[in-house]
Formats: sequence, C-alpha cells, structure tokens
Amino acid sequence: MAVRFTWFNLMPWPELPDDFRQTTRSVWVDIPNRLYDPVRGNALYHEYMDQLEYADALGFDGIGVNEHHQNGYGLMPSPNIIAASLARRTSRAAICVIGNSIALYNPPIRVAEEFAMLDVISGGRLVAGFPVGTPMDTNFCYGQIPALTRDKYAEAHELIMRAWAEDEPFAFDGKYNQLRWVNCWPKPIQKPHPPIYIPGGGSIETFDFCLDYDYNYSYLSFYGYLAARSLMDSYWERVAARGKDTSPHRAAFAQIIAVAETDAEAERLYSEHILYFFNRCLHVYAGFLDPPGYRTINTIKATSLTRLQRQQQRNLPEVTWQQLVDGGMVIAGSPETVRQRMEELIKTLHVGHVFCLFHSGNQPDDKTRYSSKLFAERVMPHLHDLWPEWDHDERWWIHPLESRVRPGPPITATPAEAPVGAGAH
Amino acid sequence: MDVEAQTIETRRGAQVRVFSGGPPDGRPVLFLHGLSGLLDDPRFAELLAQDCRLFAPELPGYGASGDEALFEDMLDFSLHGWDILVALGLDRQQPVLIGHSLGGMLAAEMACLAPRDVGGLVLVDPLGLWLDQQPIPDVFAMLPYEFGEVLFASAERAAALLPGTTDLADPELLRDFVIANARRLGTAGKLLFPIPNRRLSKRLYRLDVDVLLVWGEDDRYVPPAYAEQWTALLPRAELVRVPGAGHMLPYEQPAALAEAVQAYLARRPAPAGVPAGASS
Repeated sequence: MAVRFTWFNLMPWPELPDDFRQTTRSVWVDIPNRLYDPVRGNALYHEYMDQLEYADALGFDGIGVNEHHQNGYGLMPSPNIIAASLARRTSRAAICVIGNSIALYNPPIRVAEEFAMLDVISGGRLVAGFPVGTPMDTNFCYGQIPALTRDKYAEAHELIMRAWAEDEPFAFDGKYNQLRWVNCWPKPIQKPHPPIYIPGGGSIETFDFCLDYDYNYSYLSFYGYLAARSLMDSYWERVAARGKDTSPHRAAFAQIIAVAETDAEAERLYSEHILYFFNRCLHVYAGFLDPPGYRTINTIKATSLTRLQRQQQRNLPEVTWQQLVDGGMVIAGSPETVRQRMEELIKTLHVGHVFCLFHSGNQPDDKTRYSSKLFAERVMPHLHDLWPEWDHDERWWIHPLESRVRPGPPITATPAEAPVGAGAH
Repeated sequence: MDVEAQTIETRRGAQVRVFSGGPPDGRPVLFLHGLSGLLDDPRFAELLAQDCRLFAPELPGYGASGDEALFEDMLDFSLHGWDILVALGLDRQQPVLIGHSLGGMLAAEMACLAPRDVGGLVLVDPLGLWLDQQPIPDVFAMLPYEFGEVLFASAERAAALLPGTTDLADPELLRDFVIANARRLGTAGKLLFPIPNRRLSKRLYRLDVDVLLVWGEDDRYVPPAYAEQWTALLPRAELVRVPGAGHMLPYEQPAALAEAVQAYLARRPAPAGVPAGASS
C-alpha cells in the first residue's frame, strides 16, 4: 500500500452569518467571539470527532487534526485534546497531528511530552507535525516577535528532538528556553521518534530543513493541486539538487474532495458548503497575513502586493463553484471523475500522502459521511498502488506496536467479583 | 548646514551610518529617529545644528545600517546606543539625547542605564509605556495606506515623506514602502511587538535629570494621554504640547520642536569641566 490517505477535519464554525464578510474584518485573530456559541459547540465537537472515528472505520490510513487560534474555520487551539480522544476511540489509523506550533509552547518540552503521551496511548500511531505557524496564530494571537519566530522555532525543534533522543537528564541553555533538567517522561513508542511532518509554504529554507533531517514536507494549501504544481516542482528540484532520493513519501498535499454518484449530484450536494468555506472562512484581514519581520525581504519581493491597497479591502468577489472545480481547488464529482483527478494530483505533484478534506465549511454530517464513504469504497482502492516502486518505503509512516492494547469496553456496571487480594489483611 | 554621512563600526561589530552637522565646538546632541526612520526633511536637524553638533545615526535595520541580527532585546539596543556614542567619541562629553517615537523609548533606556553620563534628555512622542485605557494601534497589522493616517496629522506631509502609504500610491512606491517597512519594523519589532512595553516604567526612577517631553496634540499613534503618564513617572519633567502635529512632530512642526529644545538647552548649560567642543 503505497499512497496514503488521511481524513482531515479543520473543524470550521458552521454558523458564520451570510453577511460575514461585509460586517466583519477577519475570520481570524479578531473575529467577534460572540459568534461562538458553546452549546452549539458541544454538539459540533462530537459531530466532528465522530466523523474522524468514522474515517478510521472506513479504512482511511490516517485521521488528521491541526492547531489554529482565534480562527473561525478552526476549532482546535489544542489538537492534542482531540487526538487523545481519537487515540482511545480508534485502533488502526495513524493519528496525524499536523501539528503543534512548537515555538508557542512554553517550554516546548510540553510538545515532547504530549506527543509522547499520544504515541504511547495510541500504541505508536502518532504522526508528529511541527509547523512554524502562521503569522495569525504565532504572532498576532500568541504574541511571538515576528523576526525571532524562526529562530525560536529552530530552538524548540532542537530541544524536542534531544528530549526524545537522550536517555539521561540534560541541561538546555537556550536563548528562549533555559531548563536545568530536561528529562522527557514518558517517551514515544516509535524509535527514534514518530514520523515528522513539516507544513510549509514554499520557502527554500523549509525545503532544506526537511531535507536536512529527512522530514516529510507537507503543503497544506486550500487552493488545490493545479495551483500547487509550481511550488511542488521547486521542492522536487531541491530534493534532486540535494542528492536525495525522490520517494513520493517525502511530500504530502492537502486537497478538498467531494464525491457523489454523479458530477451534477456533487455540485447539488456540496457546492453550498464549499462556497461557504471559500467565501466566509477564508476571509482573513490582509494586515494579519505578513507582519514586518515574519518573511524575508526576498520573499516579499517575490510577492504580489496589490492586496494591500485600500480599494482591495472593499473588493470581495464571490468565488463560484465552476471556478473552484475548473481551478482544481476542489476535486468534486462522480467516483470516476474524482479518481481521475486524484490520480493526476498524485502523479503531477509526486506525492505519497494526501490529506483529504471531505468536510468543508458548514457541511452537514450526513453529506460528509456520504462523500467519505464513496471515496473510501470506490476511489481510494484504485489509488493506493500508484507508486509501486516505493511500495516498501516506510520512512514517513507510523510503526505501531503489533500487540498494542485496545481500549476496554465502556464500563456500565461494577464488576460482579472483587479483585484477587481484596479483603485480605 | 553641511551634513556629513559616515559609516562607523561599533565595538560589537555593527556598521552604522551616522549623519552629522553643526559647529565643531557645538554641544554634542544625539538624535535617535522614530519607527519610520530618518525621513527626507532636514528642517529640524538644520535648526538644531545652528548651535549644536548633531549626530543622527540610523538604527539597525534602517537605511544603510545593517547587522540587525546582532540585536535581540532592549538591552542590546540600549547598549548599541552607547556603543555609537563611544565610537563617535561622545560618551564622556555629556551628550544630550533627543529621541523621537521608537528613538524616545531607546533614549530613555540609555539614560536609565547611565543617568550621569547624559547632559540632557528630550523625548518627542516617545513609545515605551502602555496604558490599558489607551491601547496604541497595532502598527504590525496596519496596511500601508493606514500608516500615513495614523502617523501624520497632515495627509500632505504623509504623502510627501512616506510615499507608498497613501490611498492612491503607485505600485512601485507601495512596493518600496512595504519592503523598507518590513525591514525597519521587522527589527523594531524586537522592541515593539506585540506591545511596545519593555518595562521601562520600572527604571525611570533613575532619571535624576530634567527631561523635556514634547508631544504632538494630534498624535493618533501614541495619544497625548501618554504624556501624562510620562510626566507622572519621570522624577523631573516639563511637557510642551505642540498643536498641528501628529506622531511625526519633527517633520510636521520642526520649528516649534527646535524652539522648545533650544529653550531647554539654554536652561541646561553644558556641565563645567566638559567643554562644549572637547574631544575624548
């Protein structure tokens, strides 16, 4: 089984009002938090977590969660809480936490500990993601100084990897973290460490970071496989230039997918919800996208800046279903249509792992399950063997315990018999 | 005034471009620029350099001064200010520190480190304090066209001095501004992000020097309520409010600022034993 499919849920808030973009500056950072209703949230978390568990039952290779803060399309400031529950309620799929923004944990040893807990509870099923973090999360919500973010990230990475590797307590005298006694307890099951995935946005520094350590490079775009082509081409050029093998498992890609019996049915069932995602959830204030110091000057020079003009702030064109489908932002349609386009995605981007987004925006549970099931049964089996020559490459995949413990059944009554030794004096 | 530009190297190893001018026997004055750097308007400098020997360095990340990676925190930047004075041979000459905006925060920190080595302290719309009731706008989340509106009282001055920040800026000017701003505020962010408060208020008790505070009445970035807080925290301070000026007071009312500074200096003659033009 070469190509892997992870069922990923961003956990968006489905109750953003119709006039959200006209009345609200941003879906992220300063979104009015009165829009959040904890009673609705109670049902929603369970709906979303049930879906992730259902994906395990459908045979997806992994189930995925991520971290965002103060974000109308992400309800997981702590993905580890969701992952802990999934670790108990599933027993097969990889648990992909993509990931923890390691520069935001104080101290980052917390990530080493929590990821170790998840790996141990799940019996070695954790995929550990270490994003640098978006400016919205990292700088504006969590107050990290933009120009020092990457440096702090690098130090956090060093600390976590050492904490997992060392068998004796050690002192860590960092610029941002000083710890006299680093002694990771518990430690992960997977040795030397769980597979590590780095979400990136195209900078050569991140390509090289992944290649230096042989980590997976994950491009988690919402804009689909056609738009991703040039970035992924640059990545593979860099892989070749560095003299590394070109295993497709070095890279992963995220794609919004919607499957129905026919292309027309897909549009009828899903367009409203996917348009909700694009037209409301992605409404991020331009001033939050690139604080001075976050990106290098060379990166800024290569960026279009028209979004910074005043007239652009009032210019809110609505994207249409046809644009989404034609542009590959969404792979939607009958199982055969989706199969063809997924094959094109996997081949052209040269990836061995796809993070599949079947839930979008305000999509209801029954549609999400319908789409996921059709994919699992009628699309996925045709896509697993697209990289036969890399079939045995397990470097970027989990290595669970064969004999891992499954959660016990729910306790509904006190055991009839007292345990051995009870009552003895 | 003949303005001279020179590049000096500090003992830390940082390259610094310094503009200077004024009579050789003039009183030494260090001017530390604000968060937008030295703008293309020399009127305040020219007025001051009639009597004083004025030095205006570019801070790391600004203009031709580089090596910003050498500086991480407030102490690094404050010592850098003194290192510049050492490199210029002014550190034993009781220099007067004038700091605007970001430079005001820095000048105050420098003076707190070595209060007896400064011959005077002038703070012009300084950053460095925080009032929950008067939150300072988040300059790191501002779009280019908002800079002009927040920093200047006059839209015309904004358009002239920070081209690229106006509503109808042409794309090249916009790009130039965004790139320069990313470099400037990227570095200044080490002192200003996410809240421009590095606990300077705890150290101001050390300033047993008469401080001149000058504030633009129309400052929309650091509103005049902060002047009251500075006055309350500084042991000895005099406040001058300038009408018709925003945060960029030195470029909006240069004559009023120069007049206030000259009056302040006249009341504080150079200390005995330190001739105005002494060299170290």
